[in-house]
Amino acid sequence: MSEAIAGIGVFRTARAGVPQWSRRILAPVVILCALLAIWSIAATLVNPSPAAAAAGIWPSNWWNPRPTLPSPPQIAVATWTGLFGYPVTSPRSLIYHAAVTLEAALAGFGLAAVLGTALATAIVHVRLLDRGLLPWVIVSQSIPVLATAPMVVVAMGYMGFSGLLPKAVISASLAFFPVTIGMCKGLRSPQTVQLDLLRTYNASGRQVFWALRWPSAIPYLLPALKIAMALAITGAIVGELPTGAQAGLGARLLIASYNGLMLLMWATLIVASLTAGLAVGALALLERALPRFRLPA
Amino acid sequence: MSPATPLAVLALAATVGIAALMALTRLANRPGRAAAILTPMLFAVLVLFLWEVLTRGLAVPQVLLPAPSVIARAFWNASPELLQDVRQTVLFAAIPGFVCGSALGMVTGIAVDRSPFLQQGLLPLSSFASVIPIVGVAPIMILWFGFGWQSKAAVVLLITFFPAFVNMVAGLREASPIERDLMASYASTYWQTLWKLRLPAALPFLFTALKVNASLALIGAIVAEFFGAPVYGLGFRISAEIGHLALDRVWAAIAVAAAVGSGSYALLTAAERAATFWHPSQLPGSDRNS
Repeated sequence: MSEAIAGIGVFRTARAGVPQWSRRILAPVVILCALLAIWSIAATLVNPSPAAAAAGIWPSNWWNPRPTLPSPPQIAVATWTGLFGYPVTSPRSLIYHAAVTLEAALAGFGLAAVLGTALATAIVHVRLLDRGLLPWVIVSQSIPVLATAPMVVVAMGYMGFSGLLPKAVISASLAFFPVTIGMCKGLRSPQTVQLDLLRTYNASGRQVFWALRWPSAIPYLLPALKIAMALAITGAIVGELPTGAQAGLGARLLIASYNGLMLLMWATLIVASLTAGLAVGALALLERALPRFRLPA
Repeated sequence: MSPATPLAVLALAATVGIAALMALTRLANRPGRAAAILTPMLFAVLVLFLWEVLTRGLAVPQVLLPAPSVIARAFWNASPELLQDVRQTVLFAAIPGFVCGSALGMVTGIAVDRSPFLQQGLLPLSSFASVIPIVGVAPIMILWFGFGWQSKAAVVLLITFFPAFVNMVAGLREASPIERDLMASYASTYWQTLWKLRLPAALPFLFTALKVNASLALIGAIVAEFFGAPVYGLGFRISAEIGHLALDRVWAAIAVAAAVGSGSYALLTAAERAATFWHPSQLPGSDRNS
């Protein structure tokens, strides 16, 4: 009987929150393999390789030294070499560059988390900021903040700061907004009933904050932090573009771009994605580890 | 103009600032729509005024922060170039990429609607894509499509695809089983249910996606130009004028980008209000931050 309604049943059970883990793992893997297969076929068609054509073996198009569309195995090898082919301190090692970028991103992320939370606290408590500043914080989400990156680098360079700090400031300026807005929502999430109860207890503003507002805001904080982390990493990478920086994933991308090194671009991009995935994944794990701070579904 | 002493400037700024803040606080505490609109406006005016007074009075070097009036003059002088930059970056790169990416994402969302397997397969990949710095594909697109607007539009298309897709899938789940059963009892076909019930129910999600995509498109088009561009475009202008240390022109270009960004956001918000007036989030008294 369950077979007969499988088509609907899968959908319904998935919505009901009963994970069918095998399907949940299998589906993305199958799709990913299909995408890679299409990609591989495209790579064999797109990359002209006279030698391979002469030999009559099509997969050798996969190993064109200057490919238009590198094949998945070629990218995999390039990424592997970039990650593990050189000592970690070598400027050719992508681990080294990822570490440089991640350092700046984490610094900016920390800055954004602290400043964003502080500003949200101020906005929630000061009516002038709530009505005068918050609209601008919301509007600023539609502004391309990242466009200011080159300017931040130059202005801070003028003040004598270079390297990590300008990149961290760029990261923070991006990551700051989701934290502020998320925390504003979170600190306002307690209901009137709850606030009234604390008032009957004659609780001070500080007590209301620590006993009610802050704990209720945590479920809003972690999703905001995940967005902030992804933005911080993008910010750090873009912050490395205009600096003439020698190290970092952004600098690596720019060098690959100037020299037309397709494989290096792909490898750098993959490492950047892995870095971002790991950093955000760590926050997601933290969120899962704190179940009492999760939003009720 | 004789150079004022820094102390006098600071004293003036502090006096005006404190007086204005006190006045603004009184305004902010008044209920009503007028106060809600006036407060942020006057707050911005105050910030601009203090910015002007402090940068001029303290003789802040232009490299650090040009005064608003200097930026305004640069904007005025460079307006023909900036117009061309906007044409290149917004009309040729951001808007076509935005339209194609969003449309493709939404169509893909509808296409996988009937297949839970495809949904379960594509959604995790899409949420991973929202984490990674997609703008890094810009150099690849430049190698493929050249330095012109085509490569930037391709970057924007890639960036805007995933939010549109994810929100379409989530939006199509929005119509409740009861409502679908009602449509089924009317013997409506899949497409009728989609068109008359599920797509309208999905509209709030789609507008969320469009608003996210509008700012992503602008950022993508500008940052992609940092990797290489013809001799115009907002991103090119910013990185080129930085090279000449013409910070006033950089700020002018950023102001234009900001105006385009918030303008498109305002347009989309207005469209959303017109199209989803029935939704709880649009009713008066709902949380205005959401």
